[in-house]
Amino acid sequence: MPHQPINISIDQLVNYCLHLADNALILGHRNSEWCGHGPVLEQDIAISNIALDCIGQARNFYQYAAELSGNGATEDTLAYLREASDFKNALLTEQPNGDWAQTTLRQFLFSTYQYFLYQLLQNSSNPTLAAIAEKALKEVTYHVRWSSEWVIRLGDGTDESKQRMQNAIAALWPYTAELFHPAPYETTTASAGFGVDPASIKAAWHEKITAVFEEATVSVPRAADVQVGGKEGKHTQYLVDILEEMQHLQRTYPNAQW
Amino acid sequence: MVSAGKNINTHTSPEGIKGQVLQILHTVLDPEVPVLSVMDLGIVRDVKISALTDKEIGVEIFVTPTYTGCPAIDIINMHIRMALLQEGFTDIKITQVLSPAWTTDWITTEGKEKLKAYGIAPPHYRQSVCTPDAFQEEEAIQCPLCNSYNTRLVSQFGSTACKALYQCNDCQEPFDYFKCH
Repeated sequence: MPHQPINISIDQLVNYCLHLADNALILGHRNSEWCGHGPVLEQDIAISNIALDCIGQARNFYQYAAELSGNGATEDTLAYLREASDFKNALLTEQPNGDWAQTTLRQFLFSTYQYFLYQLLQNSSNPTLAAIAEKALKEVTYHVRWSSEWVIRLGDGTDESKQRMQNAIAALWPYTAELFHPAPYETTTASAGFGVDPASIKAAWHEKITAVFEEATVSVPRAADVQVGGKEGKHTQYLVDILEEMQHLQRTYPNAQW
Repeated sequence: MVSAGKNINTHTSPEGIKGQVLQILHTVLDPEVPVLSVMDLGIVRDVKISALTDKEIGVEIFVTPTYTGCPAIDIINMHIRMALLQEGFTDIKITQVLSPAWTTDWITTEGKEKLKAYGIAPPHYRQSVCTPDAFQEEEAIQCPLCNSYNTRLVSQFGSTACKALYQCNDCQEPFDYFKCH
């Protein structure tokens, strides 16, 4: 098996890959729900492009996880045949699209997190993870730029658009803390030099979010609930709903192909 | 290892065979921008000819994706395989490489000229915008139709992952820009 780590178990590395893949897949799937429903054609195309980038990143992480875990696993079995409780995505990524403010804010909060994460992950001592991160970082850079522009445009827009962005912040902020609470597989892979300790990018993330919120003339809620658990398989009903739709075909007609 | 087909001269050196493979790859076009070959795009990173015996040739093509989610990846790999099969190669392996990550710098000069003639503004030779800061625009993207530099960005995301949407302020033509990456 290539790149087999010596000092951490394969399970931890597989779980870490699945976590990275699930984040990208679920957010990508959420974004894909806009396809054909975007507010204007150009932005419909933009969100669909971002969905594709996310799903492409997920494919790379799933392919590597499948290679590591063996047992006939493929990118498709990992995406289509696992239960909600096996998914390790952060709760933020599964939150519903809401309005355009909520979708673009979710993208901004998460892409900014991914941007700093991949910057460090491209120096991973695991060459496969490093290569995927290096490749994905270029795409995520575009996502951060695009989504931050929408946060600013809506926040510093009309009374209604500002209110909608402020509502979106109230709805999504409780899910941001989870990004920086390391799951066991993040801690072990980080200490082995393969992964990234998410706590180490919290300050950079916060600085970027604050700068954009200031330009958008919106504010962070003073006290917000903290929702965690997604990274360890404890999800909201929203994920179950996504999987029901996404996995329907493979579960009804196993091994179906286009 | 499988026997080489009729079109391959197995008495040629590995370098000669490699040249032949590269020539074939020049005929494999990107399905989304069908004026560019995979060689023009710069996505073929290496070609390896292995186990050359009197009758047996293995060929391995190393391909890097432009964008991770580009739906053309699988089609391009299939087209490469079919083009090589057609020329008699039967033992074909296509390996994906991600690092170093593809950049528009790898599009050949000829490729950039082909893009422009096709009506797509080619990427700049030097990327000027590569940070996540909001509201940045590449400087002076030239309209492929009337050559004016008086153009504006409509959207960073276009009809495919690799393109942005622009419009010319002079001739009003909306056009694709093969964005720097």
